Amino acid sequence: MTALLVALGAAVGAPLRLLAARYLDHRGRAGTLAVNLLGSALLGWLVGHGVDGRPMALLGTGFCGAFTTYSAVAVQSVNRGGWRGFGYAVGTVLGCLAAAWAGYRIGT
Amino acid sequence: MTAPPLRAALIAAAAGGVLGSLARFGLTEWFEVGTGFPWTGFAINVAGSALLAGLAGIAAVRRTPWLGVFLGTGVLGGFTTMSAASAETVVLLERDQDLTALLYAAGTLLAALVAVWLVDRWVGPAERAAAEDAGVDE
Repeated sequence: MTALLVALGAAVGAPLRLLAARYLDHRGRAGTLAVNLLGSALLGWLVGHGVDGRPMALLGTGFCGAFTTYSAVAVQSVNRGGWRGFGYAVGTVLGCLAAAWAGYRIGT
Repeated sequence: MTAPPLRAALIAAAAGGVLGSLARFGLTEWFEVGTGFPWTGFAINVAGSALLAGLAGIAAVRRTPWLGVFLGTGVLGGFTTMSAASAETVVLLERDQDLTALLYAAGTLLAALVAVWLVDRWVGPAERAAAEDAGVDE
């Protein structure tokens, strides 16, 4: 049952990430950055507000997990190369950390 | 080679995303998440990044538009996750495990970048560019 909820969340999250990448990534990978920031903020919120069990499997492990991506960031960063590429990767990680922390803390 | 049409791409991404996410879920269930360094999350993101770079080295992926989206955007995009990496780091910081948090965040990123860079040496720039045109890391 839990695995089914993970699958359901992922079936929504992954295509949404593709949409964001396809329509926004020509602007300096803005789509991939946006999904990573949004997904990190949402997962931070879920963790900070004690969400677990089935809702966490659906929204956290499934949706946020598939909506966000680490591998694309690493590959995009190396392909861009140099300090700009490195800055994109470091900026994404720091930005997502701040987003997750904000979500974790908001309203608690 | 151009990226597949939207409908095919969305279906490929969804199907792959389900498989990749289930693999990630299975690994985190199997290797129970403890209170120390999140090794499972580290391994998933580093290995997934290296595999995504390696897809460009597979001729069938460069030739078949939907396959790159299925394996890249879908399976590996769903397998790796920025949100869990961020949230796990925040949890470590909230537990005052600042050093572990720093090692986890910086260590995952550096290991993933080095892994991708190494795989890229093996793949080659022409194949890399062809794979990008096919939408592998869309």
